[in-house]
Amino acid sequence: MKALEKLMQSIKPKEDAKFPLAYWVWDGMYTFMFVPGHVTHKGTHVRDAIDLKRTMFTVIIALIPALLFGMWNVGNQHYIALGQEAELMDKFIFGLIKVLPLVVVSYGVGLGIEFIFAAINRHPIQEGFLVSGMLIPLTMPVEVPLWMLAVATAFAVVIGKEVFGGTGMNILNPALTARAFLFFAYPTKMSGTTVWVDTTTDQGQQVVDSFTGATALGDLATTTGSAVGVNTDVMGMFADGGVYSMFNSFMGWIPGSVGETSVVACLIGAAILLITGIGSWRIMASMTVGGLVMGYIFNAFAVNDFMTISPVHQLLLGGFMFGMVFMATDPVSAAQTNMGKIIYGFFAGFFAIMIRVFNPAYPEGVMMAILFMNVMAPMIDHYVVQANINKRLKRVKVAA
Amino acid sequence: MQELVNIFVKSIFVDNMIFAYFLGMCSYLAVSKTVKTAVGLGAAVIFVLGITVPINYLLEVYVLKEGALAWLDPSFAELDLSFLSFIMFIAVIASIVQLVEMIVEKFAPALYGALGIFLPLIAVNCSILGGALFMQDRQYPNIAEATSFAIGSGVGWFLAIVAIAAIREKIKYSNVPAPLRGLGITFIITGLMGIAFMSFMGIEL
Repeated sequence: MKALEKLMQSIKPKEDAKFPLAYWVWDGMYTFMFVPGHVTHKGTHVRDAIDLKRTMFTVIIALIPALLFGMWNVGNQHYIALGQEAELMDKFIFGLIKVLPLVVVSYGVGLGIEFIFAAINRHPIQEGFLVSGMLIPLTMPVEVPLWMLAVATAFAVVIGKEVFGGTGMNILNPALTARAFLFFAYPTKMSGTTVWVDTTTDQGQQVVDSFTGATALGDLATTTGSAVGVNTDVMGMFADGGVYSMFNSFMGWIPGSVGETSVVACLIGAAILLITGIGSWRIMASMTVGGLVMGYIFNAFAVNDFMTISPVHQLLLGGFMFGMVFMATDPVSAAQTNMGKIIYGFFAGFFAIMIRVFNPAYPEGVMMAILFMNVMAPMIDHYVVQANINKRLKRVKVAA
Repeated sequence: MQELVNIFVKSIFVDNMIFAYFLGMCSYLAVSKTVKTAVGLGAAVIFVLGITVPINYLLEVYVLKEGALAWLDPSFAELDLSFLSFIMFIAVIASIVQLVEMIVEKFAPALYGALGIFLPLIAVNCSILGGALFMQDRQYPNIAEATSFAIGSGVGWFLAIVAIAAIREKIKYSNVPAPLRGLGITFIITGLMGIAFMSFMGIEL
């Protein structure tokens, strides 16, 4: 470690040299590898070495279960679609070959843009993209073309973040911005029945014509037009023993975006985030409550089969858990005040289930609900702060 | 009753004046620097929409629509005055705003102080005329539904301008690249907010 630090110090470029990029790349690498040693001498004291890079890294660690499970599940769904038996490692390696390019493209494009902006604006390389770069591939269907992923990543980093001044200034979650961009720009590649499972055989042919690989929510969205009890074939998949049974959706053995399917993996991530204090328990708790409330409201009305799904099952399906744990808790785009976080989370869950059921065009409502609440978060904060000011003013008046 | 609620919710979220039709953008961009003024303008828009659309509705039904003048004399049943609707709606909006301003100033000085300059500004807000024209286009069957649509559109506009004002207050200290400061970044924010509002597009209530 000492030798490495010496080496780094010896190649440190000058900040005002001809190529400013060199210094900031060096700075980024250096702070990435070594804990910042700045200590204050009076006033507020730096108590530990946690900084933005370490915060981001904790989130990456929390994402690893979802990533690994996603890789396995990509292989798993592939072999199920082909009707072949396969070993655990076969599935995993197949998924690795499929998912790794997504991760590499996302990081390559995103970090490349970050580096360029850092050089132009002469500020240190910002580490915000470490997490976004991992989240973007996890929210994509496995069959998304790499160039689309690159375009979406570029859009998210430039329009979603850099025009606002970089990490910590953005109003929308960059990973969700990337997904929403692709969703509206290339809907055929982001929804439907052919993108979620790789059905190419070893010989490179798409032989599995009869296989439909819709997601659970995609199947459910087809039931919204008719009355309760008509779609027994679809609803059968959600009963015990069906493909999308409560247990299967909890474990994540269902088709979906790369990282979103397994509730177990998301819960492990949630535990890591909560124990380290990085993720906000207020948002997670209130979003669960919001989703459940909407689920029970739908249960009470139940005019179509989608509404009869039990609220707990609703939370297990689709990207709800993934969005709640990793997207809604984004400390930048979420509400900042404690009370605001509770309101924000509640409505995010509420709208997520509502959009999912009411809008057959967007069966995946979680993404849109969180984006919508990102937009509303500053307003919520403003009124929470204002309410506090008014409360205190009243107290002053009473005393006076 | 359910129909009224549906129209109300639909015009707030699904057919939002700003994010679905981009109406009233000029005052939306100009007066969204602080939340306080945004609330003032938003309240004024709700107020004026809620008054002018029902009046224009009566005008449409009893004067402008084809055969609307039949109540005056059966020989007018063939008459179609709808080519006059633009000029009539604008005249109604401008005069109503003037009247309302005077009445509010006389009887509710506090409200007048709160609405202030925004009331006359509203007369040239496209979303007001847009409200009247949508009302004509969608042919609401009775005045209650037209009013519900008007208030809902106003609330949607209010929500949009207050949300962007809060965002602009939040990014006041952001390091936005110099060429984009001010209106540039506001346009980008509006576009991103439009993406977020697209979640409600296509919902049929």
